[in-house]
Amino acid sequence: MDAISVADLVVDRGRRRVLHGLTLGVPAGQVTGLLGPSGSGKTTLMRALVGVQILRSGEVTVLGEPAGSPALRSRVGYVTQVPGVYADLTVRENARYFESLYGMSAREADAAIADVGLADAVGQLVRDLSGGQQGRVSLACALVGAPEVLVLDEPTVGLDPVLRVELWSRFHDLAAAGTTLIVSSHVMDEAGRCDRLLLLRDGELLADSTPERLRVDGRSDDLEKAFLNLVRAREEVAV
Amino acid sequence: MTVTTIQRTPATHLSPRLTAATTRRVLRQLRHDHRTIAMMLVLPSLLLGLLYLLWKDLPTLPGQPGIFDRVGLTMLGIFPFVVMFLVTSIAMLRERTSGTLERLLTTPLARLDLLLGYGLAFGLAAALQAVVTVTIATTVYDLDVTGSVYLVVLIAVADAVLGVALGLLASAFARTEFQAVQFMPVIVLPQFFLCGLLVPVDQMAGWLQAISSVLPLTYAVEALQEVGRSATATGTMWIDIGVVAGAALLALALAAATLRRRTS
Repeated sequence: MDAISVADLVVDRGRRRVLHGLTLGVPAGQVTGLLGPSGSGKTTLMRALVGVQILRSGEVTVLGEPAGSPALRSRVGYVTQVPGVYADLTVRENARYFESLYGMSAREADAAIADVGLADAVGQLVRDLSGGQQGRVSLACALVGAPEVLVLDEPTVGLDPVLRVELWSRFHDLAAAGTTLIVSSHVMDEAGRCDRLLLLRDGELLADSTPERLRVDGRSDDLEKAFLNLVRAREEVAV
Repeated sequence: MTVTTIQRTPATHLSPRLTAATTRRVLRQLRHDHRTIAMMLVLPSLLLGLLYLLWKDLPTLPGQPGIFDRVGLTMLGIFPFVVMFLVTSIAMLRERTSGTLERLLTTPLARLDLLLGYGLAFGLAAALQAVVTVTIATTVYDLDVTGSVYLVVLIAVADAVLGVALGLLASAFARTEFQAVQFMPVIVLPQFFLCGLLVPVDQMAGWLQAISSVLPLTYAVEALQEVGRSATATGTMWIDIGVVAGAALLALALAAATLRRRTS
């Protein structure tokens, strides 16, 4: 069953058409990667999923409800690309605030902070942390709500490789526990860590696939090359 | 397959719990900013001291209240209005530019919860500010208030909440920091010019009186003047406070209406 379904989604930002009639589904309880170069429409699609994007046309359904509807707001977590947390609060104060917004108990905040590996920094002001740490505070603020759907916009940018691996294994733990994750990235080496892949280019869905299938379809074991081969094949058809 | 579902009531309408959580969060942010707290508490007293020294040695007409008694009292209502307007419009713009606002709009927090949370937090800060300023004014600067100083504090807090509400509303129209700062003269200065401090309202040209009568600060100043001249609380004063509070609520409602959940 799909946790998220998008039908004929068209979005304009300014005078530019950013999404050209996207139709796709995101399976429940899996990690779905949203991959594509910068400017391909990943963030716009994610904003549409959490209901803060004005749509031109089309439908976005999350957990059976229209995206952004009131009933969904405690069930869907969103981590923006900029760390949407308060720089002038400590890590714990940030987590506590979001925990109270989601109506969770006080223990969730510390657990979520420990989950993202920041247990040692709970009392530090967010502005004194590194960019990567700030991103993890932001993730913790989404985790405190124990969301059923977690929308993560480039959560691993600027993280060292060890942490990146840890976070990805954390994502898979969450998925194993039933959470639906949709994770965007512009680096193809992260594609291999996803259960499912959505490849976006210039606001169009290039492929709805899995890492294994992408390697076959793109005729390369290297996902980046496979992606490029797909793009070229598509362009040859167009010409 | 089964998905673990945690049943929680969706809070999309006003929730006292979420409003209080937001108030606590804003106050915590303030607490980490020691210099802002110090400036909030001390600056109005220092500026009032400057006014006190300015008029201290000037003779007053017999039977007339001293100029400082009149101007100083009015400034007790104007300082919190100006300060809270500025602080709030910057705070809200920061929410917008840091991405926290977009994120909050995806949570169960209602828009009015957010705005009321700000109003309460800065209203509390303003109460503290008013207590300090009124105490200093009546002891160190010998400001004469015929009525109760508690009423002066109450009016100062109402003015502060009005400043917060207008600041929140103005920030909805500011896309950049430059614009936000310039809303101060746009919203604040005309109200200051026409509030009755520089020229009594009944001596203004008719059309200026008409404008003055729709600006909320005029009522705040009239309320303070009532406390200044009457030993007991007057009906006019309560009506004035009601008008200021009503204007603040109207501005908050407008701010909530202009805060869009979906943006392009």
